[in-house]
Amino acid sequence: MITLTINGKEIQVPKGTMVLDACQQAGADIPTLCYDPDLRLAGSCRMCVVEAKGRPNLMAACVSPAENGMVIETESPDVVESRKIILELLLARHKLECHTCERDGSCKLQDYCYRYGVTDSRYLNEMPHFSKEDPNPFIKRDYDKCIMCTKCVRVCEEITGAQAINVEDRGHHAKISTVFDGKLADSTCVFCGQCVMVCPVGALTSKVSAGKGRSYQTQSVLTTCTYCGTGCTFELNVKDDHVVGVTSVRDSELSPVNKGALCVKGRFGWDFIESEDRLTTPLIKENGELRPASWDEALDFAANKIKEIKAKNGPDALALFSSARATNEENYLAQKLFRAAIGTNNVDHCARL
Amino acid sequence: MTNSINELEKDATAVFLIGTNTTENHPIIGYKIRKNVRYNGAKLIVADPRNIELADIADVYLQFRPGTDVALVNAMMNVIITEGLDAKDFIANRTENYEQVAEVVKKYTPEYAAEICGVDAEDIRKAARIYATAERGSICYAMGVTQHSTGTDNVKTMCNLALLTGNLGKAGTGVNPLRGQNNVQGACDMGALPVSYPAYQAVTNPDIRAKFEKAWGVPLSPNNGLTIPDVVNKAHHGEIKGLMVFGENPMVSDPDITHVSESLDNLELLIVQDIFLTETAMKADVVFPGVTFAEKNGTFSNTERRVQRVRQAITPKGDAHPDWQIICELSNRLGYPMNYSSPEEIFEEIRTVTPSYAGINYQRIDNTGIHWPCPNEEHPGTPILHGEKFNRGLGLFHAIEFKEPYELPDAEYPLILSTGRSLFHYHTGTMTRRSSALNEFMPSNVVQINPETAAALNIVDNEKVKLVTRRGSIEVNAQVTEMVPAGVVFTFFHFSEAAANILTQAEVFDPVAKIPEYKVSAARIDKI
Repeated sequence: MITLTINGKEIQVPKGTMVLDACQQAGADIPTLCYDPDLRLAGSCRMCVVEAKGRPNLMAACVSPAENGMVIETESPDVVESRKIILELLLARHKLECHTCERDGSCKLQDYCYRYGVTDSRYLNEMPHFSKEDPNPFIKRDYDKCIMCTKCVRVCEEITGAQAINVEDRGHHAKISTVFDGKLADSTCVFCGQCVMVCPVGALTSKVSAGKGRSYQTQSVLTTCTYCGTGCTFELNVKDDHVVGVTSVRDSELSPVNKGALCVKGRFGWDFIESEDRLTTPLIKENGELRPASWDEALDFAANKIKEIKAKNGPDALALFSSARATNEENYLAQKLFRAAIGTNNVDHCARL
Repeated sequence: MTNSINELEKDATAVFLIGTNTTENHPIIGYKIRKNVRYNGAKLIVADPRNIELADIADVYLQFRPGTDVALVNAMMNVIITEGLDAKDFIANRTENYEQVAEVVKKYTPEYAAEICGVDAEDIRKAARIYATAERGSICYAMGVTQHSTGTDNVKTMCNLALLTGNLGKAGTGVNPLRGQNNVQGACDMGALPVSYPAYQAVTNPDIRAKFEKAWGVPLSPNNGLTIPDVVNKAHHGEIKGLMVFGENPMVSDPDITHVSESLDNLELLIVQDIFLTETAMKADVVFPGVTFAEKNGTFSNTERRVQRVRQAITPKGDAHPDWQIICELSNRLGYPMNYSSPEEIFEEIRTVTPSYAGINYQRIDNTGIHWPCPNEEHPGTPILHGEKFNRGLGLFHAIEFKEPYELPDAEYPLILSTGRSLFHYHTGTMTRRSSALNEFMPSNVVQINPETAAALNIVDNEKVKLVTRRGSIEVNAQVTEMVPAGVVFTFFHFSEAAANILTQAEVFDPVAKIPEYKVSAARIDKI
């Protein structure tokens, strides 16, 4: 263990701990943009700079190993001044569209500009412009808002493993690009949207959720995905009793299987819930056509026919296909219905199909 | 799965994937395996007739002929025994019937199997050595192994391989079926099977039956029930008169849809409970509108046996009711009262009759799900099965001979047709085809054809063709791709308007599991 002092507070951490981790353990709120605990370190955005007593330069906390006896200040005047300049530099290539941006209210750049009182940038005269067009139905790419933190590149390579995107060009013209700057659909992209998950600003957003509600307008409900058997957990975003999106939960306790990572179906395949095609009333077939019916009518109809068949042909003339989509509780009741209420073991579901 | 998902990312030092296109069908598991290979140096063996994404980073890729799994894995075992790579202590202490397997695999030399499987004998040797010498080797498979007339044999062969190398009971090992539906594990656990009550307790066992008769307060049938294929056949013959289909769509998912359709038409009563008017619901006499996972509380059990919470986010649409309430209402009308105030109350009852779930409650899984078996509330759950001993005591080897698939290509139908899923859709498409982005990205079915086969048939990419088997035909666009080998074609089963299961056969199933042979049908392609 090594001992260091952070904002006047002494803390012990294991050797090899980064200054950022040590600061967080000491309760300091360090702003970060390119840092992600699940990705390899980039050390590129410099938002996390801190002052170490006796050192000539500020250090990027995320990539600096903590050393015994270090005395760290995380909000000294020099640190604050430096962060303000960094924010100004970032704003020089971030199109300020907060009024229409999906990420208004959940944008780290916006939060940090607010925190440090940065209203505009002195470096605005040379804003590069990038095409917004990517004709895919899942991910909106607006690189006029990109701050080049490269988390999308790293998550694509390190978590999903698709390696669909990388940094193209240098300096002011650097941007995130597929091979030969083509469409995502022509790249190795699998539209998992892990890039949307890690983007700290509004450069990468979900087209499926566009315009349906920002984070401060929605409630989030932790649940388990309805598609394959992996059992990924995520949050359904709800606004006015409608599902308007899915967001990741990146906590290994709440998301033990996937730790926030999702696939294209989990992240972008939720709007069937809100489909106009949903069945909203019971139906009964009459003269070959299904017509709306009341619950009482439909349930009585079904129950009477079941009783009739059971009386005439015995319980084994009836069968249930239960559901691999439904919950445990419902499957339990469904098989109990057929075994206990009707009296047959003709119960199966599509495990084989 | 005998083991848990995260072990594939961290603990396994070799992964043997067979019959699972993991990055498309279980993407998160696929990503974890790829991460383990790229960053931890885990070895990867991929055996699949299709050149799937993970084949690109495999140490050995075995592009074997569909349906020859037993020959391939028997040959791997032949190599392992011949080269003395078997886990002799594990075999001696924890298994039985080894000698019979050793005898049977003798003739499956790599050269012999290479001939059957259409792979290089040397690659079989390499694969066998990698898996057998790995410190912790994991086998993962999915429907590519099971959906065969020899599905049960195929699975037993995977178990043999794990037993032979002692790759069981430790982190990063195991025999791991990757299950394709959110709660297919739970549906099985809850007794949605014709032969068992919850927790796989046999309906034919008098003691077990007495326990459930006491719990449920009525006498219960002592006879095994019928599987789905048997129900469909008996409906066709008029022996099954009434069927309730809850959250399933056999008119798209079941083999030989023409046959299924005739069977459903023959019923006196078809009840369908679903969220959409599915192809099956259209045939119903009465339809109950259920709700999606977003509109109800409950639990799902994933492929690694982890029981996790499902939480209601919105109120049910229109006059739709949570499915558990519909079942209760129907039961009440049948004179068997079911009065539960919440899914949690149902779960509390489940615990009392399901020993593997006895220790789980909603409070314990509020944050993190628990793996069953979990026999009591102090038990942490069981991510890894078979640690000290197997359920039956010793692990049983099964000597299995290779059998050809039921329907082999011939002059009239010279191609092998396999069916399966795309990354962008799920099962019969009821949900994904109504998800705007997914359906926009992949709006229609295709048939994948190798360039060589396409050239021989004078077919170009994107050309509409007729895919034909003895059961029927569908019209689909050709996708000319090296993903499939010459002579093998592949189509997706998500699309009711070009339904793969019009083509599949419902004559011969696996004799034990009654699973259809979706991975091998004899087919041909006609130009239109």
